Amino acid sequence: MSVFYYHQDDINTDLLFPGKYTYQCSSGPEIKEHLFEDLDPTFKEKVQPGDVVMAGENFGCGSSREQPVVGLKYLGVKAVIACSFARIFYRSAINQGLLLIACPEAVAAYAEGDEVDVNPTEGKVKVGDRTFEFPPLPDEIMEILEDGGLLSHLRKTYGRTGSEE
Amino acid sequence: MGKTFAQKVLERAAGRLVKPGEIVFAEPDLIMSHDNTAAIIDKFRTILPEGNVRYPERLAVVLDHVVPAATCKNAADHAKIREFVEEQGIENFYDAGTGICHQVVPEMGLTLPGTIIVGSDSHTCTYGAFNCFAAGIDRTETAGLWVTGRTWFVVPETISIELSGFFGERVSAKDLILTIIGDLGAAGANYKAVEFHGHSVSTLRLFERMTIANMGVEMGAKLTVFPPDRNVMGYVRDRGVDSKRSAWSDSDAEFYTVHEYDLSRIVPVVARPHSVDNVVPVEELEPTRIDQIFLGTCTNGRLEDLGTAAEMLEGGRIDPSVRMVVAPASREVYLAALKQGALQILLEAGAMVLPPGCGPCLGAHQGVLAPGERCLSTANRNFRGRMGEPESEIFLASPETAAASALTGYITDPREVM
Repeated sequence: MSVFYYHQDDINTDLLFPGKYTYQCSSGPEIKEHLFEDLDPTFKEKVQPGDVVMAGENFGCGSSREQPVVGLKYLGVKAVIACSFARIFYRSAINQGLLLIACPEAVAAYAEGDEVDVNPTEGKVKVGDRTFEFPPLPDEIMEILEDGGLLSHLRKTYGRTGSEE
Repeated sequence: MGKTFAQKVLERAAGRLVKPGEIVFAEPDLIMSHDNTAAIIDKFRTILPEGNVRYPERLAVVLDHVVPAATCKNAADHAKIREFVEEQGIENFYDAGTGICHQVVPEMGLTLPGTIIVGSDSHTCTYGAFNCFAAGIDRTETAGLWVTGRTWFVVPETISIELSGFFGERVSAKDLILTIIGDLGAAGANYKAVEFHGHSVSTLRLFERMTIANMGVEMGAKLTVFPPDRNVMGYVRDRGVDSKRSAWSDSDAEFYTVHEYDLSRIVPVVARPHSVDNVVPVEELEPTRIDQIFLGTCTNGRLEDLGTAAEMLEGGRIDPSVRMVVAPASREVYLAALKQGALQILLEAGAMVLPPGCGPCLGAHQGVLAPGERCLSTANRNFRGRMGEPESEIFLASPETAAASALTGYITDPREVM
């Protein structure tokens, strides 16, 4: 498990996925090619399933584009831990079933090389040998997350099974 | 204790009393999407492979982001959207050339005061100028709304911004909202509703309120909203809009914070690269040469914005070192600016005029930037790489500052060229 730690506030959607690709790419493999392009061009090559991204305040601010979240989910990123998240990005993560943890203490405690472990059901995040608690999501929202995102959540009620794009 | 605007609107939608922090489920009155409708269709079809949109009359679809299509992919997306809206009987469809969604939706009389509007675009908050509870969402949630008609909202706390005084010469709404964002920061209103109060609110015309409301998301706001006063009622009358749900906070409503601004103390400002809260008065900026000026967008592409720039450029020439790109926000704006002579003046001064739409704002086409180039834009975002190469720079400013800078070739205080 690796941690991609970006010691930066206000990491915006253009850094995570440039706007010039917004109407060119929407599938996971297409998004991967440009994910974090202007923040960390090496990210897409290095990231492995189960990895964690950490950052400062207001992560994901800016556009409503959901490609950054779709891309992180596609690559199997386990969670993004930040001091805080921008509103639309936060909703987007719920809609894609990606775990976001707003925990400034955990971000502050991180030092290079620390192992980071996340337990969403217990609401705990472990950084090195310290454990931090984060408030649980409301039940209605947790249900969407646990179903793997809004589309699969709605398919349970409304649809037949179908694959995501 | 009185209630805020957001509380009142969500109480009516949820059919019960609510407090800040609570989650409520509600049915938005309007669900807007633009070119990203193509991706929403794909998602919608993974839930209902053959079913229909639950409330087609609540959808508005506007093609604006990359119009006319720049790539084969865009063209295919637009074609898919046209076919879908036809099949689903979506009447509020506005094809390429009508204009930017945030201009067109109000023009079509769809911004009913006091209603809930969601849009798969972060600048959906623009409709707060018309007293709407308007918030951005993503594509997936929009697809879900097409299926169910409802979604969840956290009842937000509310920030009050109280305005007094009058703007000085060549100072405008853009300078005010940039100043506010500079003070509060890019996360300063995260998850909050922002209400505008004070004696001077009534002096702000709708185009000015749209500029201000549009940029609420740049400080993280869920919504930005203005009172349903005489100006809004003028719109209601002109466009034949139902206003019976208009709402406003009680005089004893509890606010999270209150901030006061005296408009007479606002000066021309710019947001420097690469964040919108990196704001400085133009007069304090070191001499900054520019390669391109972009006048347009859902922030400042309206008739009054083009008119102001034309007035300042009349009889003048754009500095030969600068390209000036102008994109009227809608066909209605384009036609009015044509009739008023603003476009002729801008063209004679050396500007290029684009079709109505988002233009180069998101870096997809029509004026993207090369490495090392610098653009002074009237848009709402100056993030690294937004208008093209990551090594280019975007400064955000008012139409007045854009016009003054067009004449000189460097970022210029518009009060200097009066």
